Amino acid sequence: MASTRLERQQIVISESESKRLIDLALAHAGKRVDGVEVTVTGSNFATSRFANNNMTQNQAPERVSVSVRVISGKRQIRLSSDDISQSGIEHLVDNAIKAVALLPEDPTVLPLPALALTEPLARDVDFNRYDRETGEMSADQRSDSVNSMIEAAKKHNLSCAGTYGAGGDSIAIGNSNGMFHYHNESACECSVTAVAANSSGWAKVHNPKSIHVDARALAESAAKNAILSADPKDVPPGKYTVILPPSAVVDLLGFLWGDFSATSHIDKLSSLLGKVGQKVFGENINIKDDVFHPMQAGARFDGEGLPRTVVTLVDKGVVKNLVYGRKSAAKMNAKPTGHGVSEPSPEGEFPVNLVMEGGTASIDEMVKSTDRGILLSRVWYVRLVDPTTILLTGMTRDGTFLIENGKISYGIKNLRFNVSVIDMLNNVLTLGPSVRAAGEDSFPAVVPALKVANFNFSSTTKF
Amino acid sequence: MLEIAKQAVDTATASGASYADARVIERESQNIQTKGMNVSGLNLGNSYGLGIRVLCNGGWGFAATQDLTREGIDKAARKAVEIARASARCMEKPIELAPEPAHKAVWKSPCKIDPFTVSIEDKLAVLFKTAETMLAVKGVTLAQTDMTFIKEHKLFVSSEGAEIDQTFIRSSCGLTANATDDHDRQKRSYPNSFGGQHENAGWEMVGRWDLPGNAQRIAEESVQLLKAPQCPHGVGTVIIGASQLGLQIHESCGHPSELDRALGQEINFAGASFLTPDLLGHLKYGSPIVNLVADATATGALGGFAYDDEGVEAQCVPLVKDGMFVGYLSSRDTANLIGIKRSGGAMRAESWHHQPIIRMTNISLRPGTAGSLADLIANTSDGIYFDTNKSWSIDDRRYNFQFSTEAGYKIKNGKIVGLLKNASYGGITTEFWNSCDAICSQDYVDWGVPNCGKGQPSQTMWTGHGAAPARFRNVQYGIAHS
Repeated sequence: MASTRLERQQIVISESESKRLIDLALAHAGKRVDGVEVTVTGSNFATSRFANNNMTQNQAPERVSVSVRVISGKRQIRLSSDDISQSGIEHLVDNAIKAVALLPEDPTVLPLPALALTEPLARDVDFNRYDRETGEMSADQRSDSVNSMIEAAKKHNLSCAGTYGAGGDSIAIGNSNGMFHYHNESACECSVTAVAANSSGWAKVHNPKSIHVDARALAESAAKNAILSADPKDVPPGKYTVILPPSAVVDLLGFLWGDFSATSHIDKLSSLLGKVGQKVFGENINIKDDVFHPMQAGARFDGEGLPRTVVTLVDKGVVKNLVYGRKSAAKMNAKPTGHGVSEPSPEGEFPVNLVMEGGTASIDEMVKSTDRGILLSRVWYVRLVDPTTILLTGMTRDGTFLIENGKISYGIKNLRFNVSVIDMLNNVLTLGPSVRAAGEDSFPAVVPALKVANFNFSSTTKF
Repeated sequence: MLEIAKQAVDTATASGASYADARVIERESQNIQTKGMNVSGLNLGNSYGLGIRVLCNGGWGFAATQDLTREGIDKAARKAVEIARASARCMEKPIELAPEPAHKAVWKSPCKIDPFTVSIEDKLAVLFKTAETMLAVKGVTLAQTDMTFIKEHKLFVSSEGAEIDQTFIRSSCGLTANATDDHDRQKRSYPNSFGGQHENAGWEMVGRWDLPGNAQRIAEESVQLLKAPQCPHGVGTVIIGASQLGLQIHESCGHPSELDRALGQEINFAGASFLTPDLLGHLKYGSPIVNLVADATATGALGGFAYDDEGVEAQCVPLVKDGMFVGYLSSRDTANLIGIKRSGGAMRAESWHHQPIIRMTNISLRPGTAGSLADLIANTSDGIYFDTNKSWSIDDRRYNFQFSTEAGYKIKNGKIVGLLKNASYGGITTEFWNSCDAICSQDYVDWGVPNCGKGQPSQTMWTGHGAAPARFRNVQYGIAHS
């Protein structure tokens, strides 16, 4: 039962207050340099953590940061601070202007974008991503959700660990060319592990609205997997048909996204180097970057205030486009796509609103159509082994199952995989519906569950 | 700072907290990155704020603010108490803290030259000279350098009477040369990957590691790797270089020795541990020459300090003694749960706005008797030497690991006979450490790992790992690409 006796949290910094800070910095800089860009970020995301059916940590930090980029000819620098007092901001601006003069010229530095370039796209969509119930949730309400998960686990004689977090984040950016944008959004994240004697189960959801996060149902799902995977048996390593839930797909594909950055091609680091326009993945792979997608989150402007555009990255397996910041666009004679990160940065740009087109098959249907394979619940500690083919290694955890003759036979001990993402996306047999999914090694994205052939498991572990 | 911390603690106790501690932290940072012959990143930052942690009705509450007015401090303190009361609704057993004297101290980490007194021009001169040298090597497609400097002034006050004033200066420097052809991407880094070497030290460490003097050798090797044969797949003798062994220690000894993991408190994200309390004093973790310690008193190493973030004095805690598992990294609340009389002093937080959790200090392998790396190679008839981490992964109990290194070197009859690319090795933690038959007595370095991730929300932490090269038998190698 939710309690309202505690004070709700407040939005950490409003649009008008953000603008006041930005205008203060711009006014103080005046015409002393060629360009000034100011970013104000705020966060009050609070997290309750629990384990062994006890709250172990409970934290509600609030933070506002301001950062100032100044451009003087072909020189630029960024300074950031938590001091948002008038004197603090003036000091920050003065220091930035003083420091930028010490730098050598860099021919790649661009002037600030013109105002016309930073006007947001007119889109007929509801872009309100802030939900008051979520952004202003109290500690007592978080405790209610934690208790509901503990109760669910106890019902099955299991212990329970996890987090329940909620709050808001904001970002505002303005510059001396007159641009100003503000975005705030709420987020609720719940993840839970149900722990049995020799097995466990896990579930996680991240959503802008807490109403879409059913903590008790997540705990029930985790408990079900913990029970189903009890007394895990050994299976030999080798190549298996594998069913990956959306959270695992997010964590594996997270290592692909950066290779669509134009800067990674300029630097000759991308696995897709020289492959734009070529068929690199299977016919059934379609991926775009779309900030406006209803299951996406985030601001509709990039690190320099340019409007984010929808970019088709992969169409029927063919690499169609890269994403560009202003600097890489200038080098590659392309148009910026609104994916730039805050300058100065070695990375240049990054797609952050990934949407992979799905299919219609449920995970149950995928299991039914599999003679022999493995169903994963979660991948863990995924790391890049070889950037040439995006060869990844990682482990399974929290419920891994052998499938035989269209049914789950039993839980198995965890396995290590070594898999190339490019190979994997050429071996997709079936796709589930796309959903907003959250993993641990990458940020949330909209992806389907996948059934993949020839997934390479190289070794086993002891549990 | 002292007034701020005291007010926070006083307000919290007046609001009902049975215990409160406050950390006021002021941090200045400077990160410089070059790509090619340009400055690709020059980011200067400063941060100042208060974190207050309280116990009320047996539950923890934590709040943090940068509003350091009297009103802002009181608001944060009262909020922490409210949160603790909400926590107490989800407690089967109240938190209890192992005792610790209320220390009063002032301490500074070792530093000869304050890096914030060195001009940006002087720093860039070192980085550009390094970059120029790398780019002069034919075949290098991307040259990157990095320097980071952090000065942190931290004041800790507790309701038990502790007042601890610590100042840290951390410095780091590194280079990376990338080589790409139509078929392959290879890189070499120095002194280590992921930003280079990191220490509790000043500008003097930059001179000691001599980036320009090592740039050509490293750059040449990145290009040679493109043509080098693939690391073969097999089982045999491996020598692990000191920096790679530092990361091996971090993943396969440091993390599983964290008592919060061993008690299941991190099982939802970072994972649990195979080093469960019933094995303390009973598990043969490694061979008899393996001695591992958690040494926070090594103050020049990245995980060194005088007091942790709950006011516990720095200690050198044995984790593995003569091959036996004997100790944990612990905190005041977890020590109490398994009957350890005093916390090992491992609680730290990334910043003023993070709640402290158990973190590695300096988890180090004591040197052995095998002489230098050159001696160890000379005494090895057949094997592979692995140098500089490229990829790392381990299961959530810390048994099954797989590491890749930037370079492998084939050893035949006591000599290096060639370079190998895409070198990898893997195994099971206890089998691996029990196969250790030689540890060098020389070439020991306190390596710094600045990006250890743990906790929810995730925090990064500075940890240190003293290691000299060591040899292991019957290890599986080449598995990643097999």
